[in-house]
Amino acid sequence: MTLLAVEGVSKRFPARRGLVDVLSGRPRQAVHAVEQVSLEVRRGETLGIVGESGCGKSTFARCLVRLYEPDEGAIRFEGADVLALQGDARRNFNRHVQMVFQDPYGSLNPRMTVGDTLAEALSVHAVVARAQVPARVRELLDLVHLPADAAERYPHEFSGGQRQRIGIARALAVEPSLIIADEPVSALDVSVQASIVNLFLELQARLGLTLVFITHDLRLVKHMTHRVAVMYLGRIVEVGPTADLFAAPRHPYTQALIRAVPHVKPAAREARRNRQAAVTGELPSPLKPPPGCAFHPRCPIAQPACAQAVPALEDRGGAWPVACIRVSG
Amino acid sequence: MNTPLLQVQDLRVTFTTGRGAVHAVDGVTFDVGAGEVLGLVGESGSGKSVTLRAIPRLLHDNAAVSGRVLWHGQDLLTIPDERLRAIRGGQVAMVFQEPMSALNPVLPIGMQIDEVLVAHTDMDRAARRRRAIELLGLVGIASAATRLDQYPHEFSGGMRQRAMIAISLAAQPALLLADEPTTALDVTIQDQILTLLLQLVSELGMAMVLVTHDLGVVAETCDRVAVMYAGRLCETGPVELVFNRPRHAYTDALLRSMPGDGAAGAMLTPIPGQPPRIDSPVPGCAFAPRCSYAEPRCTTERPVLTAYAPGHDSACYAATRLPARVEEGAA
Repeated sequence: MTLLAVEGVSKRFPARRGLVDVLSGRPRQAVHAVEQVSLEVRRGETLGIVGESGCGKSTFARCLVRLYEPDEGAIRFEGADVLALQGDARRNFNRHVQMVFQDPYGSLNPRMTVGDTLAEALSVHAVVARAQVPARVRELLDLVHLPADAAERYPHEFSGGQRQRIGIARALAVEPSLIIADEPVSALDVSVQASIVNLFLELQARLGLTLVFITHDLRLVKHMTHRVAVMYLGRIVEVGPTADLFAAPRHPYTQALIRAVPHVKPAAREARRNRQAAVTGELPSPLKPPPGCAFHPRCPIAQPACAQAVPALEDRGGAWPVACIRVSG
Repeated sequence: MNTPLLQVQDLRVTFTTGRGAVHAVDGVTFDVGAGEVLGLVGESGSGKSVTLRAIPRLLHDNAAVSGRVLWHGQDLLTIPDERLRAIRGGQVAMVFQEPMSALNPVLPIGMQIDEVLVAHTDMDRAARRRRAIELLGLVGIASAATRLDQYPHEFSGGMRQRAMIAISLAAQPALLLADEPTTALDVTIQDQILTLLLQLVSELGMAMVLVTHDLGVVAETCDRVAVMYAGRLCETGPVELVFNRPRHAYTDALLRSMPGDGAAGAMLTPIPGQPPRIDSPVPGCAFAPRCSYAEPRCTTERPVLTAYAPGHDSACYAATRLPARVEEGAA
């Protein structure tokens, strides 16, 4: 059932030190990008990871495929310890877990034709015999609804949405079981977004893919995912079934986040004018996260105890885990 | 709405580029009433930002602008520079998307507010300082007196946007032109800035033109909306009316393409194809090649804006064939 299991993964980046800091012997500070994240990805599901900028969601995604080496914790893929994989075993893991990036312009080699880009992925992992590469390239283009003549063209000849299709085709080339998509539609206009969202939905149904979908867009998460994990300043604050979680969010941060999303619905304007901002204050610096629960300085229901200890992600009497000591039942 | 505050009439903007002329804005007409919030919405390349920037003449020299922009009876496009400068930043102020590039990085925030007060008021130094502190307080920046002496880099993204709003409000404008003011911000910060803008509009009686690509933002903040596509105005009207009963096939398609319209996990309805290139004139309706309601004349005759309800105009031959999204009366 569990395809990928993450246990207590942390990733910190050393902050730049000025000359004065070095001379005065001040210890090097670290940006706590991801702190003690535990999560499981179930076979065949779409798991959403949402949060605002700087919450660590992209860093976490990159840890999952070992584009970043986590500082602590363990990642298991089909039971195998991912962080210990080497050589062929690591290449095999890379084949099974593929990534789709946000920027369809920056993630394709501008000097390679689309056909060459796809053929490269096929030959690196020796997915098909050399003679079958052109046929497989055609198949892949068809799978993402690009015309067959796309193979001879270069990335700059395509629109943003089409380029994202190429990125998805490249990820699919090696027949992965898990795709990690980091903000795959954020750079696209709404009307184009919809076609890429549909492509993900269709591919999942057809190929039985497991999908980790990282985004800041709650409307997309609500539409596309089965389960959702909400991150704030490097930690997961709540994780649960998407429909239930959106209907009755438990963590005060999740509640604020959902309330803040503007909607097209009847009487939206009256509702908006009769309420205060969903939450006050801004994201604290990840260099100096607040003690205890990182959300407590902005939290409407914070108590002194909230600043004492980091709350554990536990069920707390409900159907899914939440990291808030004020929540019960 | 009595006499409109601002009247934009048949606005056209053509950029001369190395690769020929680009018709960024192609005959756009709309009014903004006193105290009204108008949303100017469209996807990238629709000409919404160029339209906004043409109003206070903020476009580059390679832009040829025609039409009329009437402000209290005078045409902003033709008045002498000196008179324009008295209006721009004074009665008509602007807020940009990227506060970090719109603010001057080497001047303290206080001095950037002071510049506006010097240009548009006759307050003395002490009064200007008091007003600057008052303005930062108004936009929700705490410990205003200290903040005045700080530079933009010492502010967070949300605080920079608040500071820019404070600068734009300095001379008590009657009209605020806001170009994607929350697009670069996180959703909780966007929520705070929208709350602030709405509060300022109602407390100061200011009108606002809000350019955005987010239909949700329009639905929650605007009184009226103008939908743009390929440099043209498709549809304009009261927000509820336009969103519940769209009269332009593009508005209808845009609303349908958003997640949240159908059941979770259901296929969305994308708009097929790509927006047209605007470097050559399009004979009929610019949306016709992507439109599922298109009829033969759509590709040859350009539809004109027609009224379908008081204040609700649309330029679409399929206007009466489009389904209502919300049953009339149900909303």
